[in-house]
Amino acid sequence: MNILVYINSSNHLAKSALEAVTYAKKIGGTITVVATGSVDDATLGTLGEYGAQKVLVDRSVATEDSQQVTRLIAKAAESTGAELIVFSHDLVAKAVAPRLSVRLKAGLVSGAVDVPNASGQVKVNVFSGKAFGFVEVKSAKKIISLLPNSFQPEKTGSACPVEAFDGAAGTAVIKVVETKMPEGEIPLPEAELVVSAGRGLKGPENWGIVEDLAKALGAATACSRPVADIGWRPHHEHVGQTGVAIRPNLYIAAGISGAIQHLAGVNGSKVIVVINTDPEAPFFKAADYGVVGDAFDVLPKLTEAVKKFRSTPH
Amino acid sequence: MKILVCISKSPDTTSKIAFTDGNKQFDENGVQYIVNPYDEWYALVRGLELKETLGGNLTIITVGNAADEAIIRKALAIGADDAVRIDADPKDAYFTAIQIAEYAKSNGFDLILTGKETINYNGSQVAGMIAEAMDLPFVSLATKLDINGTTARMEQEIVGGVQVVEANLPLVVSCAKGMAEQRIPNMRGIMAARTKPLTVVAPSATEELTAYAEYGLPAPKSAVKMIDPNNMDELVALLHNEAKVI
Repeated sequence: MNILVYINSSNHLAKSALEAVTYAKKIGGTITVVATGSVDDATLGTLGEYGAQKVLVDRSVATEDSQQVTRLIAKAAESTGAELIVFSHDLVAKAVAPRLSVRLKAGLVSGAVDVPNASGQVKVNVFSGKAFGFVEVKSAKKIISLLPNSFQPEKTGSACPVEAFDGAAGTAVIKVVETKMPEGEIPLPEAELVVSAGRGLKGPENWGIVEDLAKALGAATACSRPVADIGWRPHHEHVGQTGVAIRPNLYIAAGISGAIQHLAGVNGSKVIVVINTDPEAPFFKAADYGVVGDAFDVLPKLTEAVKKFRSTPH
Repeated sequence: MKILVCISKSPDTTSKIAFTDGNKQFDENGVQYIVNPYDEWYALVRGLELKETLGGNLTIITVGNAADEAIIRKALAIGADDAVRIDADPKDAYFTAIQIAEYAKSNGFDLILTGKETINYNGSQVAGMIAEAMDLPFVSLATKLDINGTTARMEQEIVGGVQVVEANLPLVVSCAKGMAEQRIPNMRGIMAARTKPLTVVAPSATEELTAYAEYGLPAPKSAVKMIDPNNMDELVALLHNEAKVI
């Protein structure tokens, strides 16, 4: 089978790009990568180590313009005879993969968490992670958008050739006029460790103990919906059904009761630690480790324990 | 300014999720349907704010059966001017998007808004598919949207920050948190909704590209391990040795 993987890394190859190529390799076939973004040829060639046979690159395409990217991938799919196109389920994929589905009449599976099963069906999370489903794709051509952090990148080969490719993508009609990048914060959707707090913290002035723990761990900070809604914390920190859904390796929640809407945003976390004064808090049922205690007491103690752990070699 | 807001039904956020028919069907027994929160809170309310500032008309559209008119009336009560229901079961995202695109093509909208995804299927597919079927530009997961003349200015969250983009109308935008605040319909709105125009349109012939073969529920978590609040060294050791996450 001919598989085409789209990546859009800038500066360096994102882990999600390596995951997508590894995923294609696990499915098996002839793997071509089509790339946009600013990564240099030598770096793109290292995708061969993860299973790519060839990389086609068109750096003239603007990733913010979903029509341009769609034209590029459609052309690359035609020239490689791709039967399957793989994305990592990021902001660009969420705009481009549905367009490509219509353009190629190829059924789209969004947020795949596993390789297709023996019947060709692909597992995805549904109902905001409260259930899973197996999607059957009825069309001959197929598109799979892989949920980040579902597969770890695996090196199996050596560097591959990189060729310039003219995507005939036309002119961009969507323009980036400004980019705001706050310094020093770890972006929440990519964070492997997350420390989160809720109304139990009693006020925005008390967030220092949350930030101290996050700093000691090298974690991002997050919060529950009520805390974002009353303005204690910025909206982009709200994790839950109507905020950001995250899948970190470790999620530490302090002073959050664990309403079903909050769980929907964090139930993809590999390990959950819950700190709450109320032993009956529903969040404990979804936790791997629980601490019944006051966040004002427990968080500083946990921070000290983490600092002690980090300062000794392991 | 002619605005079209696409709405979908979704189970209430507190619904218990279960399946029937050998795990092939979602169990609707006891499930209360609501307007998908992303469609209602962000797409519809921001669309109304723009209409109130710039003037014009806001139409809501859904692909669904007669039973779905409850969510249509809710959206009308919040403030939409009129509604369209494509009379079909929304089989998959492709089928749904083509139905909406077919209607929108012949009705000259300046702006088509959707929520960023539904809370039941979380596909984030329909808006992009509508845009491609209509050959329109599309901005996904916008957290802000302003219109100046025929130019739309939007913000999107990117890894590590925020990106501000501009595009000309007509345009398709999917809306995420930050765009607007939830509106509760008042009694006047609820009364007015009863008499607002609702057009039922026959579906166009379209195939579906995907189907859910089967569903399942995640295995229950093993029991939580409780740690003494005075022994955080133990918690750190467990996270390192047992969970292997730090």
